[in-house]
Amino acid sequence: MKAKVQVMLKTGVLDPQGEAVRHALGTLGFDGVEGVRQGKVIELDLAETDAARAREAVVAMCEKLLANTVIESYEIELG
Amino acid sequence: MKAAVIVFPGSNCDRDLAVGLRRAGAEVEMVWHKDTALPPGLDIIGIPGGFSFGDYLRCGAIAAQSPITRAVVDFVHAGGHALGICNGFQVLTETGLLPGALMRNANLKFVCKTVELTVATTESVFIQAYKPGQTICLPIAHHDGNYVATPELVGELRDQDRIAFTYADNPNGSTADIAGVLSENRRVLGMMPHPERAVDPAHGGTDGAGLFTGLAQMLTTA
Repeated sequence: MKAKVQVMLKTGVLDPQGEAVRHALGTLGFDGVEGVRQGKVIELDLAETDAARAREAVVAMCEKLLANTVIESYEIELG
Repeated sequence: MKAAVIVFPGSNCDRDLAVGLRRAGAEVEMVWHKDTALPPGLDIIGIPGGFSFGDYLRCGAIAAQSPITRAVVDFVHAGGHALGICNGFQVLTETGLLPGALMRNANLKFVCKTVELTVATTESVFIQAYKPGQTICLPIAHHDGNYVATPELVGELRDQDRIAFTYADNPNGSTADIAGVLSENRRVLGMMPHPERAVDPAHGGTDGAGLFTGLAQMLTTA
């Protein structure tokens, strides 16, 4: 089973990289980009075939390592 | 004073930190990250600057899962002292031994220069050689030194006198100009500036030396 984890800075945490991208887009003439948030995607290839158990395991991975929950939030997509 | 300096793949201030501690009279042992136990009889653990594990995933995130880090956490929970500098500070926040987090500098630039700091706490074994409110100059060299803390956490740190150092001129966007924080039991200090890079006149300044001599004074058992 595959899992895709999306890690983003929490709402309210200023994202300097997203801001820089927003400025660059403006410089390129893309008007009207009011906000850019940059995150990361982590793809996992799991031996587990049960979706519930897989989700439980990935949540534990996010909490322990994949995300720093002080500043980041995560979303898990199984497929 | 007996100290251990932890060495991760990608640490690059480990020897400087050992030199700083030794000059203050400490006996220093280097400990590789794959070791599972610390040397006996330690007074303090130093977690050095650098780019452990290439800063993969997040700065300090992989090092926080190293075998030796478990022993460091146990040592601290048993009341031991620890000093994390730069990447070491990032490792300590990733382990949860220190609150908050360090993220990309607000101006997105790697900042490498000497900065003015204010000694912000009034009581700590780490500031014995300084006066509260004193200004000292230490080098910084980091890309991810932007200390993030919620208003609640900042309030708590202030109330408990746990902000160790603040920047006179904030170089990285850190919340409340925070350059270093203490743990709740005041025995763990994490800081982005490098005291070990300011212990010899040839470094261009010696303001960091006092941190180590002060520690040696406080932690050396007769």
